[in-house]
Amino acid sequence: MASLGMYRQLSRSLSSASASSLFSRGGNATRSRVSRKYSNAAAAVVEDPIIAPVSVNYKQLLIDGKFVNAASGKTLPTLDPRTGDVIAHVAEADAEDINRAVAAARKAFDEGPWPKMPAYERQRILLRFADLLEKHNDELAALETWDSGKPYEQCAKVEVPMMTRLVRYYAGWADKIHGLTAPADGPYHVETLHEPIGVVGQIIPWNFPLLMFTWKIGPALACGNTIVLKTSDLTPLSALFASNLLHEAGLPPGVLNVVSGFGPTAGAAIASHMDVDKVAFTGSTNTGKAILEMAAKSNLKPVTLELGGKSPFIVCEDADIDKAVELAHFALFFNQGQCCCAGSRTFVHERVYDEFVEKAKARALKRTVGDPFKGGIEQGPQIDMKQFEKIMKYIKSGVESGATLEAGGDRLGNKGYYIKPTVFSNVKDDMLIAKDEIFGPVQSILKFRDLDEVIRRANNTHYGLAAGVLTQNIETAHTLTRALRVGSVWVNCFDIFDAAIPFGGYKMSGQGREKGMYSLSNYLQVKAVITPLKNPAWL
Amino acid sequence: MGSHCDDSMVSSVKIPTIQFTKLFINGEFVDSISGKTFETIDPRTGDAIARIAEGDKEDIDLAVKAARGAFDHGPWPRFPGSERARIMMKFADLIDQNVEELAALDTIDAGKLFSMGKAVDIPQVAATLRYYAGAADKIHGDVLKMSREFHAYTLREPIGVVGHIIPWNYPSTLLFMKISPALAAGCTMVVKPAEQTPLSALYYAHLAKLAGIPNGVLNVVTGFGPTAGAAISTHMDVDAVSFTGSPEVGRKVMKAAAESNLKVVSLELGGKSPLIIFDDADIDVAAQLALTGILFNKGEICVASSRVYVQEGIYDEVVKKLVEKAKAWVVGDPFDPEVQQGPQVDKKQFERILSYIEHGKREGATLLTGGKPLGGKGYYIEPTIFTDFKEEMLIAKDEIFGPVMALAKFKKIEEAIERANKSRYGLAAGIVTKDLNVANTVSRSIHAGSIWINCYFAFDNDCPFGGYKMSGFGSDFGLDALYKYLHVKSVVTPIYNTPWL
Repeated sequence: MASLGMYRQLSRSLSSASASSLFSRGGNATRSRVSRKYSNAAAAVVEDPIIAPVSVNYKQLLIDGKFVNAASGKTLPTLDPRTGDVIAHVAEADAEDINRAVAAARKAFDEGPWPKMPAYERQRILLRFADLLEKHNDELAALETWDSGKPYEQCAKVEVPMMTRLVRYYAGWADKIHGLTAPADGPYHVETLHEPIGVVGQIIPWNFPLLMFTWKIGPALACGNTIVLKTSDLTPLSALFASNLLHEAGLPPGVLNVVSGFGPTAGAAIASHMDVDKVAFTGSTNTGKAILEMAAKSNLKPVTLELGGKSPFIVCEDADIDKAVELAHFALFFNQGQCCCAGSRTFVHERVYDEFVEKAKARALKRTVGDPFKGGIEQGPQIDMKQFEKIMKYIKSGVESGATLEAGGDRLGNKGYYIKPTVFSNVKDDMLIAKDEIFGPVQSILKFRDLDEVIRRANNTHYGLAAGVLTQNIETAHTLTRALRVGSVWVNCFDIFDAAIPFGGYKMSGQGREKGMYSLSNYLQVKAVITPLKNPAWL
Repeated sequence: MGSHCDDSMVSSVKIPTIQFTKLFINGEFVDSISGKTFETIDPRTGDAIARIAEGDKEDIDLAVKAARGAFDHGPWPRFPGSERARIMMKFADLIDQNVEELAALDTIDAGKLFSMGKAVDIPQVAATLRYYAGAADKIHGDVLKMSREFHAYTLREPIGVVGHIIPWNYPSTLLFMKISPALAAGCTMVVKPAEQTPLSALYYAHLAKLAGIPNGVLNVVTGFGPTAGAAISTHMDVDAVSFTGSPEVGRKVMKAAAESNLKVVSLELGGKSPLIIFDDADIDVAAQLALTGILFNKGEICVASSRVYVQEGIYDEVVKKLVEKAKAWVVGDPFDPEVQQGPQVDKKQFERILSYIEHGKREGATLLTGGKPLGGKGYYIEPTIFTDFKEEMLIAKDEIFGPVMALAKFKKIEEAIERANKSRYGLAAGIVTKDLNVANTVSRSIHAGSIWINCYFAFDNDCPFGGYKMSGFGSDFGLDALYKYLHVKSVVTPIYNTPWL
């Protein structure tokens, strides 16, 4: 309860305008400390980084239940975003390693025991895995923070407990995957079998390494599939640790193979493999397109894509402004702004616009940025130099295109990839910062006049991942909810990611849904079985 | 006649000390208000095991009040499903840790096979809990397709305070078949175990508390049907009652519900389930299924295959096999791992079964084997087979609930279907055939809630179970059982300017 309760508390209280206090452990009393910390933040990042309270024990590829080197013997360095220093060199998979991993997964699928095991047994293994995750919560969280720069408190209190929760959720599905019997127009017995799809390729990003790992493997394993999963080259560590625990929980060898490596080599080898029956990818829209193309060119494997977004966050005139400011701030800045569903277009009704901008600026200035291992820190460094530079380029473009820079705009400190929380007002729809996915701590505030207008503007994007709606009016809420062409609408809340809530995109934000009951269909084949009936008593 | 292990054989299993003999109300073990107690008997000997608090109307009132409070104001229905799941998983783990003692309690209290309890019944109870724990966070309503500009959805809400009345033949299995989905749904409950077998239910109540199930959510009141049971079914503050037992009592429960607050009723009652063996069946497999179908748990099982229909082509061979197998069937002390059949649960059942055997003889059925009590002490009965029965005979109409099979010959599939359906019951049926068409035709033609083709007793947590006709209504097991404990609420509100409908 404690861990889950914390998440509930976190996600619920975001709507009560106290997210900052949660991240800094405490109530209003800490507010003043928070602002003082900010002034110290620049100093904090030039200090020596806190030593990560964990060691790296798994650096190889996990194939057929064993940790092995890459066939080429190559390794890739994974860096600490606080400093750019190397944490460890991990095995770098290439096409040959993918072939080995697919062969292991194929054998584990075709010969078993995994798909042939009673679902109850699969459930028990997943439940034991969840227990082990709970036991190693802090270790996993530390590894995640070290490799990705996320605040440790966020990892330890929210993300790893959420991961554990997801594993239990999927464990519960294992023995409830139902086909249907169907009516026929004549004397036939019709039924559908929901069968595991086979060998599944999964490619995950660096922004939520453990959660994305779980969104992918949870439903695939519950359905009885075997997996080759490629982690991001930026964050390979935590998935290896977790996968080792899953084997300790009793997962048979070959069921889950985890490889670290780069997209154009290892990732492409998965997507174009003739013996991979399905591929699921989370990442950028451009890479998603490439994967869909590779699937089409190879064996027409079905594809699930969860891609980028430029999600609108709409503050209506009747919204509680303080709450709206806090929620909009959280919607954009959470996880260093590195969320595919970040509320990166903040639309504010003209009647409350000025007040909102002023308060949003104040809130951004109060955001605590620093070493993510430090208590009370809300924002760590961006993931790497490339992302850092990309974000800085967008900030520059925002200024040049005439948006008003209200806060931030620079890097913080001179080491690592820290960026000051940045707020632009007077943003116009055609500016790059309002069109492109920045994936960083840059909030763009736009003004609107009426509902029809904001619906049109909000939908005027290639993306369609999520939206936030802030209003007390039930009619406005319903109108916006149905009119927005996005996969998730959060009304008076944001980033609520419970296990049972499906998530995915419209338009170029992706295909398919993850989490919830819907995610199972990504990993199941439906087989219709038809038999004639002789003298049936009824039809 | 089955072989009999002498009851003087000393069982090597340690008989547990009885720890819990009082009512479990609002998280505490308490005496009944009247202070009365009753004896629970060891069917191997007829001796008393312990004196158990005897709950009556006032005790049920207290238990319902506790359950009402826990539902209206307590955390249980307000927890996220995942939190109820966590506690239920812990409950399951505690059961796994106490398998031996729980199995022993059901053996001394109900005469059930200890080895079976330890290897199957009790671990299966933990599995049932885990199944429904996994369902607690998967209770979905629907968002609806309205024909006008309305947004509408359904909520599945816990039904409230539930009364469960449990029989004595599967004290553990049937208890968890009912409380697990009700717990997952977020209901609170009052359970009355059978007066013959109160011991394990009280032990489970103790484990529930250890697992963290909040006080008042699960209350166990031991006592008798006409007093405690009736108090549950007539109670104005119980929202649903779920009963497993005889049709006679089921009728009383339904009447009481109708006359009190029209509470929702589900009934899992008796059966007189047919097993139909076709000419193309493997004779050995068919004979084994038929025999196990009736003798399993000494015939004290509502789905017992108590009417066996064999097609004429293989009839003689099947009969020969059945007699052979019945004679080799081992009856004796249920703690002995060699034993296949223990004593009937009590003297009343024992005498009732023997009287049905006498009826069978009188009515003109042919007694093929068995028919007599076994040993000088306890309630053991020989595996008994009658042939040449007619559906009008008492032994073919009534649920005997003992090791007594009625066997008949049939010619054609239509005849088998017609005779199989000639019963006021409709709980289960077995079909033994290799022919796909026969299997499909018979499956759809039999009026029964479970059809087992080339198998029998194929229960599963995910597989709904319940009766047609006078075998009752409402499912146990599967997600259907979960829905039994959930109300459907439709919520509708107008929408404006919607881009789609």
